[in-house]
Amino acid sequence: MTATILTITSGKGGVGKTTATANLGVALASMGNSVVCIDADIGLRNLDVVMGLENRIVYDLVDVIEGRCKLRQAMIKDKRIENLYLIPAAQTRDKTAVSPQDMVKLADDLRPNYDWVLIDSPAGIERGFRNALAPADKVIIVTNPEVSSVRDADRIIGLIEAEEKGPGMLVINRLKPEMVKRGDMLGTEDVLDVLAVELVGVVPDDEAVIVASNQGSPVVLNNRSIAGKAFENIARRLSGEIVPFTELDAGDNLLSKLSRLVRSGGD
Amino acid sequence: MSLIERLFSGQPSSADEAKERLQFVLIHDRADLSPGKLEALKDEIIQVISKYVDIDQKQVDISLTEDRSHQRLVADIPLASPRARRR
Repeated sequence: MTATILTITSGKGGVGKTTATANLGVALASMGNSVVCIDADIGLRNLDVVMGLENRIVYDLVDVIEGRCKLRQAMIKDKRIENLYLIPAAQTRDKTAVSPQDMVKLADDLRPNYDWVLIDSPAGIERGFRNALAPADKVIIVTNPEVSSVRDADRIIGLIEAEEKGPGMLVINRLKPEMVKRGDMLGTEDVLDVLAVELVGVVPDDEAVIVASNQGSPVVLNNRSIAGKAFENIARRLSGEIVPFTELDAGDNLLSKLSRLVRSGGD
Repeated sequence: MSLIERLFSGQPSSADEAKERLQFVLIHDRADLSPGKLEALKDEIIQVISKYVDIDQKQVDISLTEDRSHQRLVADIPLASPRARRR
């Protein structure tokens, strides 16, 4: 086995990186892969609660790096899915406790024994982000269809390319099809026009995501959730399957196309 | 506003506005040249060129543009009308 190291990042906070990491981890593991999720947000540990594993933490990422425990001891086994593990972030330290080289070494130690290593990056463009990016083979950029998060995504895409980790893959999260239809939210095509990056998934806004995080059970486990289905599709695309994009964002319906055409003067 | 109302009002949707604003801000972000710096650049260009030729300063337009692979500064610098120049 040679793991693919996949870093999930965004620039802006609160767009759904942790949710994406948890769900892609669960989805990839459900497909039969062995997966390790690493929470690289030192000091603001969150992936554990989203995955529902917060009660089992003994050691964390900084313990591994500083040699207080073996790598295996810090890996928490998921309660529902075989072959899914979490390495939690330290809660009481800050990002200077870890260096990009530490992360590269950690990834190299994991690489031979697993199929996927997912790294949940902290927000921002500083040390924590650099740590998460350093070992990456592939990078997912999560954005919401609104101005500030798309702007930050563009900045991050530039930094990823500068580090020769590109091209990144884009996930548009929390899209509201009804708002896109009304012309009150950027649609998938709008975001792609602006960012010029490969799309790997569109996740509709879905209340089930909140319910799932309340319960510590990633939404991809709920087979009635449209967001869960979208995350599953992303995992399948990551595995090389060709999964068609559905008309989720409904930005393509005739009436909204017509109205935009009229407004833009037939451009 | 409903879609139908907007269709006939000719007003841009907020999504269109968002896209335009994003495109503008990203052109400046990517070039690391803020609108304020661009304005200062324009003032200096006007000063330098005015040393050599009379230009219509109010009509000078310096803008950043972008296509798929390149960013460029485009300057449109009209000369003052011949009558004004002869003065």
